[in-house]
Amino acid sequence: MSRRIVVITAGLSRPSSTRLLADRIAEAVAAQVGARGESVETEVIELRELASDLVTTLTTGGLPTPAVRRARELVSSADGVVAVTPVFAASYAGLFKLFIDVLDPDSLTGTPVLVAATAGTARHQLVLDHALRPLFSYLRAVVVPTGVFAATEDFGGGEADALTARVTRAASELAALVVAERGAVAGFVPGAEDLRPRRRSGNDLDEDVPDFETLLGGLGQ
Amino acid sequence: MQFGVFSVGDVTPDPTTGRTPSEGERIEAMTRIALKAEEVGLDVFATGEHHNPPFVPSAPTTHLAFIAAQTERIVLSTSTTLITTTDPVRIAEDYAFLQHLAQGRVDLMMGRGNTGPVYPWFGKDIRQGIPLAVENYHLLRRLWREEVVNWQGKFRTPLQGFTSTPRPLDGTPPFVWHGSIRSTEIAEQAAYYGDGFFHNNIFWNMEHTAQMVKLYRRRFEHYRHGSADQAIVGLGGQVFMAGTEAEAKRFFRPYFDNAPVYGHGPSLEEFTRATPLTVGTPEMVIERTLGFADAVGDYQRQLFLMDHAGLPTEVVLEQLEILGREVVPVLRREFEARRPSHVPSDPPTHASLVAAGPDAPHHLVAPVRAAETVVTS
Repeated sequence: MSRRIVVITAGLSRPSSTRLLADRIAEAVAAQVGARGESVETEVIELRELASDLVTTLTTGGLPTPAVRRARELVSSADGVVAVTPVFAASYAGLFKLFIDVLDPDSLTGTPVLVAATAGTARHQLVLDHALRPLFSYLRAVVVPTGVFAATEDFGGGEADALTARVTRAASELAALVVAERGAVAGFVPGAEDLRPRRRSGNDLDEDVPDFETLLGGLGQ
Repeated sequence: MQFGVFSVGDVTPDPTTGRTPSEGERIEAMTRIALKAEEVGLDVFATGEHHNPPFVPSAPTTHLAFIAAQTERIVLSTSTTLITTTDPVRIAEDYAFLQHLAQGRVDLMMGRGNTGPVYPWFGKDIRQGIPLAVENYHLLRRLWREEVVNWQGKFRTPLQGFTSTPRPLDGTPPFVWHGSIRSTEIAEQAAYYGDGFFHNNIFWNMEHTAQMVKLYRRRFEHYRHGSADQAIVGLGGQVFMAGTEAEAKRFFRPYFDNAPVYGHGPSLEEFTRATPLTVGTPEMVIERTLGFADAVGDYQRQLFLMDHAGLPTEVVLEQLEILGREVVPVLRREFEARRPSHVPSDPPTHASLVAAGPDAPHHLVAPVRAAETVVTS
């Protein structure tokens, strides 16, 4: 079965070093999943192209544009996610957060996520653990232990090999989760898969409405 | 099929002149719009209910009574009545009184309110929005259908031996719609009682609207009020018309670009693609509106939002002329032509509910339970 990796990248310029890092990680993840005997499809969500759609969705009471609907479908059906953002003012880019804000809170539940960030200086590297990890914990995603942080010097300086090693390690961790068998054998004890909320894109109505007698029960009659 | 207008009653500066109407001017404009709606042959005028600026309509029954006195035929409704924060006893009495004044030309649309703070202003908790809508409406049904009510619920003081007055006109409570954009529980509520379901789709894409209506229709059939395609559905719409598309866009664009809800955001063209907004010729409005039935099935009530975003009253009245004289007659014909014979054309009216007699399901507090009793006994 082919696995689908979705790469979310929030670089603002073109070409963007954030996108460069995203592509390197995506390639490494594809290689690592392939090494485990599975094929990979990779989709990239370039948030720069979604900028005005995101603002429209957020300022019109939640009306999703067609592009936002497509992006939500991609994210909520991904087997694994690579999330890459530049660092601004000690945190992820505003554009990155705008995108998170239009996702259904259950779109990433239980999903393996690799977090990565770029910045001008290595002094920002804790952004992975101070900003990105808590954000994805809130979304109940499974964040892999190794995060990838790249400062400008990592792209050409003496640290380039260290970055490659880190990318490979993180990609390997993500790949292991992406191909892992999930769930318990049906009919035995309920597994984590059975207990956690179903993943949702937010595009479709949740038609699991409680029966009206249940809604009315316990209230005045 | 019923066609009409629904106003939110916003007081918005005209972006082309910078002038803001006074509250009195806006209230008077809403009245003129209602009278014009009747004059040009529309079936329904509905007013919003709000308790915060920039909106004026805080007292819908007062306003609707004033309009009722000056009209003869048009049905007066709300869009919406706040079932969460208004005491059901007040709703029962206010609207029964209005029924008598308007000789039955009254129905209601229930809603939960458009702003968070309205809950605490009336001593309620927004986290209880759905349970409030469920319990309060159930009490309202009893107050209109049972002569003497003994009641104990979660949200209001108990009632002992209480009779709401006046009793509904001809012993027949007004027909009720439940309006909701996203809450599936409200579609379920409408289906349970066999009431109407109104989806205000004007800020939403048709795929979403169709899913909500489909859910309501499925549950309407589940509760045995009829087949899914016989369920009573209403939709919103938003149009601006002129002789040519270019002229309509030229005039409407500054109002769109500065509108309170979507202004300074998506372009007119983007918003037209995503939502039912149609800015163009009457023919374009006809074609677009007919398409709604392809998405949600044959339905019974179409309300248009015409007076908003600071449009001058004279312009709104002209728009109503075009709507009533050029658009609605064609829509009536075309919708009738496509409607299967077993699907009702109109939603229930006071006359049809009275004609159905005192034993009709409408007179039961919970028609579903009554049907179950008959089956099992």
